[in-house]
Amino acid sequence: MAATSASPSLPRPGGVWLAFSSNRLSWVGLALLIAIVLIAIGAPLIAPHDPLEQSIIARLEPPSAQFLLGTDNYGRDVLSRLIYGSRISLVVGSVAILIAMTIGCTIGIIAGYLGGLFDQLMMGLLDVMLAFPTLLLGLMIAAMLGASLENLVIAIAVTEIAPFARVARAPTIALKQQDFVVAGRALGFGPIRIMGIHILPNLVSDIVVMSSLWMASAIRTEASLSFIGLGVPPPTPTWGSMIREGFENILDAWWLAVFPSLAILLTVLALNLLGDALRDAIDPKLRGE
Amino acid sequence: MNHMPKPALEIRNLQTEFQIGGSWYPAVRNLSLSLQQNETLAVVGESGSGKSVTALSILRLLPSAGARIGSGEVLFEGRNLATLSEREMSDIRGNSIAMIFQEPMTSLNPTMTVGQQIAEAIIIHRGGRQSEAMAEALRLLKEVKIGSPESRLHDYPHQFSGGMRQRVMIAMALACRPKILLADEPTTALDVTIQAQVLLQLDELKQAYGMSVLFITHNLGVVAQIADRVAVMYAGEIVELASVEALFANPMHPYTAALLRAMPRADRASDSLEPIPGGVPAVTAIPSGCAYAPRCSFRQRSCDELRPDLLASGDPGHLVRCSQRLAGGMRG
Amino acid sequence: MIRFAIERFLLAIPTLFVMLTAIFVLVRLVPGDAASVILGDQATEASLRALRGRLGLDQPLHVQYLSFLGEVLTGNLGHSLSSGRSVVQEVLVVLPYTIELTLVSIVIGVALGLPLGIAAAVGRNGWIDYVSRLVSLIGLSFPAFVSGILMLIVFAIQLGWFPVLNSNSGDPLERLRNLALPAFNLGLIMMAYVMRVTRSSMLGVLGEDYIRTARAKGVRPMRLILRHSLRNALIPVVTVVGLYFGTLIGNSVLTEIIFNRPGLGKLILGALNSRDYTLLEGLMIIFAICVIIVNTLTDITYGLIDPRVKHK
Repeated sequence: MAATSASPSLPRPGGVWLAFSSNRLSWVGLALLIAIVLIAIGAPLIAPHDPLEQSIIARLEPPSAQFLLGTDNYGRDVLSRLIYGSRISLVVGSVAILIAMTIGCTIGIIAGYLGGLFDQLMMGLLDVMLAFPTLLLGLMIAAMLGASLENLVIAIAVTEIAPFARVARAPTIALKQQDFVVAGRALGFGPIRIMGIHILPNLVSDIVVMSSLWMASAIRTEASLSFIGLGVPPPTPTWGSMIREGFENILDAWWLAVFPSLAILLTVLALNLLGDALRDAIDPKLRGE
Repeated sequence: MNHMPKPALEIRNLQTEFQIGGSWYPAVRNLSLSLQQNETLAVVGESGSGKSVTALSILRLLPSAGARIGSGEVLFEGRNLATLSEREMSDIRGNSIAMIFQEPMTSLNPTMTVGQQIAEAIIIHRGGRQSEAMAEALRLLKEVKIGSPESRLHDYPHQFSGGMRQRVMIAMALACRPKILLADEPTTALDVTIQAQVLLQLDELKQAYGMSVLFITHNLGVVAQIADRVAVMYAGEIVELASVEALFANPMHPYTAALLRAMPRADRASDSLEPIPGGVPAVTAIPSGCAYAPRCSFRQRSCDELRPDLLASGDPGHLVRCSQRLAGGMRG
Repeated sequence: MIRFAIERFLLAIPTLFVMLTAIFVLVRLVPGDAASVILGDQATEASLRALRGRLGLDQPLHVQYLSFLGEVLTGNLGHSLSSGRSVVQEVLVVLPYTIELTLVSIVIGVALGLPLGIAAAVGRNGWIDYVSRLVSLIGLSFPAFVSGILMLIVFAIQLGWFPVLNSNSGDPLERLRNLALPAFNLGLIMMAYVMRVTRSSMLGVLGEDYIRTARAKGVRPMRLILRHSLRNALIPVVTVVGLYFGTLIGNSVLTEIIFNRPGLGKLILGALNSRDYTLLEGLMIIFAICVIIVNTLTDITYGLIDPRVKHK
């Protein structure tokens, strides 16, 4: 057996963890994410001021000792609003992704397993959905439903269903030809059992990886929709709406736009780093082996 | 007068190493070999024996990261290939030394026509115009007996079968009339009948062009068909070197003998096949004494302590690396 | 090749029908009665009925569907409810700006991303590789409006190199200055996508057997990369560019808001805000057609790059 490169190829299950843990960026991503989650959870303890408390005298103040990141148009502390805003972003992002994952994977597995007309129909529909840019799709759904927290989650969840379905479907099609599935069917296992117990666990790693990346996308979409005004209505602080305020005051108060922007950037970056590192750890070719 | 003609290629004490987990391990250990003019030298061994690495080392085609030639010389036409610059090596590759590989399905560029790929070899080394190179490519296709070569010249690799792709590879390798052809298991991925055709073809071309061929394989049947001399490799070193007749008639190294016994033959019942117990040692775990000792039925204490050298046995031209054998302490 | 191209276009027709049907269904899925959504709670029964009549909403569903198809196929996309002008006309006014922005962004993205991706793959794990990967990761993490705002603050407001408000001037230099920031905003994000996919695709190709064969033939590194590897590595890149087209339109919505440029994005937003039902539907149809055209062009490009695709 001639060797393309005669070095031994990369190994065993432990190899994935090894690859992940040796990549510095993956730790950065993980650490960043944990930090943000902790901030979100500990918001009432960490935030120096009440995010909703207004003050007429302290309007549009630049960063100072009292208001570390400045104040907005209503005299509210930017830092505190930023901290509380993390809750919205994380909650919306994770719930939306969980919903999308559940619905999307179910559709994908069923379509892949059943094949035939149902599969064609589903795929056609999903293709149409995928063709629409995430933002526009979310925009239209949110506009039709009205601006609220629940509707925001629904809109974002809908935009992410199709990718999950795709990711679940492809391996299902490959797996259903495999011996252990055929054997299961010969033994009389029902389709639900096969799909749930035999096929689903094999998809977990792919789905986990993509979840991290798509949660980043979900948070981006959430910020964008909030910026346009279709998110959670005021006065609840969300990063997107804070940037909108910043945009309206951009000539006078640059800090209003900059800090929430950095917050979004860091969060999305953390999720991307994590997702990337996970994906690289599972697929050696991307590491340049 | 007994003078040895100058060998076409001479390898001296080659050591090729791979970097695994931070340390360097040798895949080819202190290997010395001469390829004579116009001979077909077969290099035989299991996967992991280092035979492919040897060929890749000659042409310096090892991956750039994680592999290196630690020491040794590869002498060709008065130069040491191991120390030449990359630019000088590119001049030699495909020109005076050519190589063909095992996987015909993936070894040709899917987005270039067969004619373009063959012509490229000519243009790189001989220059000239595209039309001249294509004409020569056509001639080469005819020589490797590809049907309707005029139209096939403009076809893409995926339009050829495995056997035909391998012939295209051969045509490409021979485009510049190399003096030496390194063949790394070219027939392993082909059906047996196609295999025979390709081997025949290679032999004819070798005669016609006056080349020396280094033929790497794990298949002793192929060796019997085409080789003049045979080198048996195990764990990165040559354990036996002999003419093909001598090797089959009188295998001296226990590994060679075991390989022959494990090979299915038409004149023997299949239940007399004897697999060799154990496995080839990993590059990172080569025993300090004789590398084959753990699997050898003639193993003695001394075998584990001292690494034997490759030395001449009683018969001329027949070298073996086994202290037991040379000491005459074994029968048969 | 021509036959292949024609085949692709013919295959696009059924897809077009599916998309049109999907749009038809989606728009009529608006919860509640469309007319009352448009006119609001205070509308009188008479005006509601009038609107329904105008919009053809009082017809049975299959009649609506057929007339919908008929109108689309004859190029009649209706009239905007807020401005009264035909949808087609509304679109044509802003189309040049959107096309200008999209094309320049794609050019920037590919012109920067492709060489960076190649360099990263060839110099794998070297400093170019790490830096490019980091930069592109950061680029991907910015929502388009965030990067747009930051660019606005830094380059226009603080440094004053570019105008803050878009002046729709005809002067070519001014036009270029107006285009620069928004184009770079979208272009840099695209560059990040292109760079990443080029890198991973090239890495895959560089490890292939036929590259080793070419090296064994004596092909020099530069030619190895450009002639042998690049073409094989391009297919995923083309896919990404094609897919990104949709995202580009989405991002341009935000970019147009931030940089105060006219364009399709603003039109969509306006239609949503004013509940301009027909304009919205017309825009979705136009968008669907564009997506199908881009997909078909992408497929045809595959055929140009990889001969195996044509012969399947």
